[in-house]
Formats: sequence, structure tokens, C-alpha cells
Amino acid sequence: MEWFNALVQGALLGGLYALFAAGLSLIFGVMRLVNIAHGDLIVLAAYLGLSVTLALGVHPLLALVVVVPAMAAAGYVLQRGILNQTLGQDLLPPLLVTFGLSVIIQNALLEVYSADPQKMNAGVLETASVSVGGLSLGVLPVLTFAVAVLVIAALQWTFYRTALGRAFRAVSDNQDIAQLMGLNRHHIFGLSMALALAVTAIAGILLGIRTSFDPSIGGGRLIFGFEAVIIGGLGNLWGTLAGGVILGVAQTIGAKIHPGWQLLSGHLVFLIILAVRPNGLFPRISG
Amino acid sequence: MPDMVLEIYGLDAHYGDFQALYGIDMNVARGEVLAIIGANGAGKTTLLRSIAGLMKNRDDQIRYNGTAIGAMRADQVARLGIALVPEGRQLFPSLSVEENLVIGGQIGRKGPWSLSEIYALFPILKERRHQQSTSLSGGQQQMVAIGRALMANPDLILFDEISLGLAPVIIKSIYEALPNIVGEGMTALIVEQDIARALSVSSRAYCLQEGRVSLEGASGGLSRAEISRAYFGVT
Amino acid sequence: MSHQDFSVTRTSRAARIATVLGAIVLVLLVLAPWWAGRADMRLLGELFLYLALASLWNLLAGYAGLVSVGQQAFVGFGGYMLFALTIFAGLPPVVAVLGAGVLGAMVAVPVALLIFRLRGAYFAIGTWVMAEVFRLSFAQISALGGGSGSSLPTNIVRSMAASRDGREALSYWLALGAAVLVIGVVYLFLRSNKGLALSAIRDNELAAGSLGIDIWRTKFLVYVITAALTAVIGALIFLQKLRISPDAAFSVNDWTAFVIFIVVIGGIGTVEGPIIGTLIFFALRETLADLGTIYLIVLGIVAIVIMLKAPKGVWGLIRARFDLQLFPLGFRVERSNRDKET
Repeated sequence: MEWFNALVQGALLGGLYALFAAGLSLIFGVMRLVNIAHGDLIVLAAYLGLSVTLALGVHPLLALVVVVPAMAAAGYVLQRGILNQTLGQDLLPPLLVTFGLSVIIQNALLEVYSADPQKMNAGVLETASVSVGGLSLGVLPVLTFAVAVLVIAALQWTFYRTALGRAFRAVSDNQDIAQLMGLNRHHIFGLSMALALAVTAIAGILLGIRTSFDPSIGGGRLIFGFEAVIIGGLGNLWGTLAGGVILGVAQTIGAKIHPGWQLLSGHLVFLIILAVRPNGLFPRISG
Repeated sequence: MPDMVLEIYGLDAHYGDFQALYGIDMNVARGEVLAIIGANGAGKTTLLRSIAGLMKNRDDQIRYNGTAIGAMRADQVARLGIALVPEGRQLFPSLSVEENLVIGGQIGRKGPWSLSEIYALFPILKERRHQQSTSLSGGQQQMVAIGRALMANPDLILFDEISLGLAPVIIKSIYEALPNIVGEGMTALIVEQDIARALSVSSRAYCLQEGRVSLEGASGGLSRAEISRAYFGVT
Repeated sequence: MSHQDFSVTRTSRAARIATVLGAIVLVLLVLAPWWAGRADMRLLGELFLYLALASLWNLLAGYAGLVSVGQQAFVGFGGYMLFALTIFAGLPPVVAVLGAGVLGAMVAVPVALLIFRLRGAYFAIGTWVMAEVFRLSFAQISALGGGSGSSLPTNIVRSMAASRDGREALSYWLALGAAVLVIGVVYLFLRSNKGLALSAIRDNELAAGSLGIDIWRTKFLVYVITAALTAVIGALIFLQKLRISPDAAFSVNDWTAFVIFIVVIGGIGTVEGPIIGTLIFFALRETLADLGTIYLIVLGIVAIVIMLKAPKGVWGLIRARFDLQLFPLGFRVERSNRDKET
């Protein structure tokens, strides 16, 4: 039962990782961009949430109303202002520019909020739990997982059922021909980054309610998201959720065996899957 | 002077250090079907890509309805009413047949063409509308590519080698559909390697040779000798 | 004008002057223990090690197209191997430094086999995961101090040289030697057929493939060589620090972020870039270090602006203006009024 509990807790944790990963997966799918600053943007969203809750005295979940549009707007501006200039045949510019961005965001957060760990106060939500079949499940992890499922379903719907999603897929297939259809790829890329950072905002707020955070943890969040994407298979959003769950389960089971093995066992499972199934479990597009 | 849809003055085009077009002058009157012929590498596709905005040129080298469009992006050119049926069809593989057509009409210009009109023109596409575009035969894919361009309700449509790689019977049926398409007052520019085919559907023709205009005239009035000299550069 | 007015040469006047100047500077640097103060020597030693790391990362990313953000894996590994080989195997520190290189190459082989399955940008994050695996693994080894790390025992430190001055001089010379060795290896490698093939791959992977250049094997070789040399540098870094911990040994900021900034600012894909970049980096650090985090923000902004506006860095700007190449790789055609020299 104890192990089964770890399994369930791990799966729920996987929801958070899927949220870290969804934005990463989206922008890679649309423009083949890998954003090294993705983790730092998650942390930035958490800090924005903190500031909003403190300034307005509202519940962290209510802060989403401000943080989601703010991050989306920042994403659009970032893409059109900087990142669009880096896209092309050469891999180096996007990688190095987003790497530079990562360092800038991290140190800007240090400057503004200091290195002290922070946490958002979500009141009873943090401790409330429900009992299901002998298991005690935290309401917050269950809520996080439900949000992850909803977000991925919404992204999936956007991608395959809306004009915006059609434009995303067309630009991803062939940028030149998409231009001929009257689509300005720079605008479409901006919209995809806006959408990705809107998801990032949700991920950051849920992270900030769940655990304490400081400016240095972005890299780790990027890695978890990246591992979930690769385990699930590139370009497959539901696969990304599965990847997040696998990673979460590996971590909680590892922590159960030995407290120091939590992160290590997650990484090892990722490396094993990379060795056995280099394209992930459910690949859609080739990298 | 007749009503000119497209005027090209001294158009040069480069791929890096390589110059593909040298001072092309050309004009196309409203409602005209113009053929552009020439050997491989003569610059035909480059010319169409320049008009469509996929290659950047000097602003005033290309005028469309009097507006300088040479330096515009392709999406801006498309909104003004120019559509390109690209060489090799280039459908969007992750879009279904119908989505490929719908995205062609995304810019929302008013005109005679709609999904139902396209399906009436190419009934097979209606049957296949939910399939992935890559699962179609070459001829059907070409129909989608033409349909996709028509959905934009363009004033000027550019066809790039629409017979390339298709079986003769398919080519015949596509060219039989052409008068229905351009009969609606649309102006068309047809790039084709099949000279006889190109001349038979057009009223006027230009021949390109190594990036320069080597011959121009009424399609019916060009002699075989003139064409082969302009085509190959030999007498 | 006949074709005899031109000559094909690898070197140039600038390169010859640079060789002479370089030799003079090198002699002065070797003599530093007799003219420089202790603090200056420490700073120079650190500079040489950063120069070596930057040259190696430049070879990896700028020439082989293997953009790694996980080279701290090998810096830390080398450092830990220095401690392990001296403490447990009783090797003299200088031998242990070389041993760290050999072990670094050995561990790089399975690592490369795994992460080479990731393409392009995902390769970069894969290298980071590897570095994390290294960090977390070494944090589990209690014999090396676990998560809090350990210091190099004094008897081992003393075994390097009797006096503190002697140790610092040795440490300095090792760092200088390592930097010269790394730049030499990188330069000679790039001039070799394999190195020229690398440039071909960088310029056009498809064309290089059709020429029969085995891309995968060449990249693999570069990865293993840079890993080995990075481990050597890592061992030297922690021989200077005399103390190691997982967080310091596998720091992404210290061993990757700074190194990337150095290379990008100096000029990626050029041999000269890392040298210029290291000088600029240290000049900025010595003048702006008081600003703390602001300094890092400025560094990040400078790197982004350079990547967008002058992707070949400061050296690229210099070269475009003066047609200079201090480390000639390719051949150049020169117009000469004399007969070709032999």
C-alpha cells in the first residue's frame, strides 16, 4: 500500500511536470525552437504570482488572472523582439540567445527578490486532502493534475480544431508556403510563444503554491520538462503528459528507496528510455 | 494602353552570389493568360517567387495594380490578391485535404471561389476531404494545390509547372479545367516546360533564357524556329 | 598579369608577427613567478584555465556543432578524480591530473553514445541532464564528502612542493601549460584533415556527407577529446582551490555560462575568439565585479546583442576590418611582387 501510495503521488506530481513540458513541446512543434530559458520563465511566473498575491491580497489561484495574460504578452514581445531574429538553419543563435536570457532572468530575479526561498500562501488548499480507497490524496496535487489534463486537452483542441492551430501546423510544415496563404510567420511564432508562456504561467503559480522556490531553480524545471517531452515523444502532447507521469513516478519511487535518489532516479529512467527508445515512447515528429 | 495588372521593370534576382534574373521587363494585362516558357534553370520559378514575395526585390521593380510590391513579404502580397500554385504542389502534410483548402481562403477575400465551388470543380476532393493530403495521388494533390490558391479568390494566379511529374491523362484533365478557372476574369501566369501546352492555353508568351527575356509575342504567332532559338540560344 | 603574381600560402605577415609577439608574451608569462605578485598570479592562473575551457567549448560548439551546456560534468568529474586518485590511489597530484584526463575520456564514451541520440538543441539539454546525473551521483559518495564535499589533505598538498611559493608557482605553470597545450591541440586538430572536415561539416552537413566524411565518428572523437581535456582542466581548477563540493564542481554558471559568454563575445568558430573573449571577460569582471548580479545581467545582454548583431564576435569584427588571422587554418591567396618564397 505504501508503494502504491508513492506510485499515485508520483503520477500526480507528473501533472506538474507535464505543465512544465507543455510550453516547451508547443514551441518546438511550431518553430523547432528549444528555449533554454523556459525553466527560468516558470520561476519568473511564480515570482509574478507572489507579487500579485502580496500586492492585491488575493489567493494565488486568483493571481492567474493577472499573471497568465502578462506572461502571454511577454512571450509575444520576446518572440517578435528577439527570438524571431535567431530562427534559421543555424542552431547556435537560438540556443545561445535563450541561454543568455536564462542568465538575465535568473539574476534579475536575484536582484529584485533576493536569493531567499519564497512560497505562496494558498491557505487550506495546501493541506486539504481527500481519502480515496484508503489513500490520502492532497487536493492540491489532484487539482494540479486535473489542470494539466485540461491544459493539454485545450492545447490539443487548439492545435487540431481551430484556425490558429491550423496556422501553427501550416507554418511548422512549410514556412514559405504558409506565407503565401497570407500568414505572417513572425506573428504566428509570436502567438505560439504567447500561448506557451500562458501555460508556463499556470505551471509557475502551481509550482509556487506547492513548494518554496528561489531564483536558481529554473534549470531544474527546464530539465524536468525536457525529460517529460523526450520520454513522451516529440510533438505528442498526450505523450508529454505520460512522460511527466513516468518521471514523477520514477522520482517518488526513487525517493522511497533512498531519500537522496529522488532526482537521480528520475534522470536514470530518462536515460534508460533514451537508450532503449531514442524517439520516446509515443513519437509524432522527428527531431 | 490596356489596363495592366502586373508590371515588371528591370527585375534582378540573386541567390547569394548567384544571379538568377537579369533585368526582366514584363507586363500582364487584366484577364490575360500569359505563358512563360524556358529551359530548366532559365529563371522561371525565380520570377514567380519574386512576384509572390518569397524573394525580396527592390520595391519598384514589381508593380501590381500600380502598387510597388517588390519589397513586400509574401503574406502581404497574398492579401493584395496574388496566389501561387507552387512547383511540386507543396501541400501541408499535417493538414487534411479540406484544411489545406480552407487555409488557402484564410485571408478572406471576396470572390466566386469557396469550398463548394472547388468541390464542384474537382469532385474527387470532396470524397477525400478528411484524408491527409499526402495520401492523395499526384494529380489529386495538384488539384488541392490549385484549389488552395483559388480559395484566396486572387486577381492574379501564378501556376508553376503544374504538369510536372503527372501522368499525361491527368495533365490533360487539369488543363481542361483551366479555362473554367481563368474564365472568371482572373489573370493568370503559367510557367510550363511543355511548350505546346503552354502556348495552347495562353494568349501571349515570354521565353526566358539564362535569366533574360529572349522572346516575347502572341502565343499563336511564334514560329517553331523562333522558339527553339529563344529556348536553347542556338540557331 | 600572370598567375605568378599570386602565391598560395597558409601564413601571413600578421600571423608571423603574432607568432613572434606570442613567443615574447609566453616567455614573460613563464617568468611570472619572478615578477608578479601572488594575487596577480592567482588571477592569471584562473584566466589560463578559463581560456582553456573556452577553447575546448569553442571546438565543440563552434566547429563540431555540438552545443553543450553540460561541460561542467567533465570539469567536476576531473576535479573529483584528482581528489580520488590522490587520496585513495596515492598518486602524486600532477600524475592524478593526467589520470583525470584519461578517466574523463573513458567516461565520455558511454555518455556520448547516449546523448548523441538527441539532435541539435535537445542534445544541449541532454548534456545538462548528464551533468546533473554526475552531480547527484558524486553527492552520494560519502568517501568524498557527499553533498558537503571535502578538502585536499595537507600531506598531499605539501607533496607538490615544500614551500607555499613553490606550490603556487607550480600551480601557475600547470595552468599556463594547460592553456598552451589546449590551444595547441585545438589548433593542430583544426589544421588536420579531420579538422578541415569539421569546418566542412559545419558549413554544410549534407555536402560533407556526400564527400564521404564520416560525420558521426568525427563528432564523437571531438566530444571525447574535449571531455578528456576538460577533465584535466577541472582537475587543475580544484588543485588551485584545494576544496571540492558537488555544487561547486558541477556549477552550470561557473563552468558553462561564463565559458559560453567568453566564446560568444570573443567570436565563436574562430581560434582567436576565446583568447579575446577571456581577456574581455576578465577585464569586465575585475572592473564590474562589485556590481554582483548586475554584472551578470550586463554580460547576458552583451552576449545576446553580439549573437544577434555580430555573430562572429569581437574577433569577427576585427577580422572583417583588417583581414587578420593569427592562427591560419585555411590557405590564402596572396598577391606578391616577388617570386614565391620557399
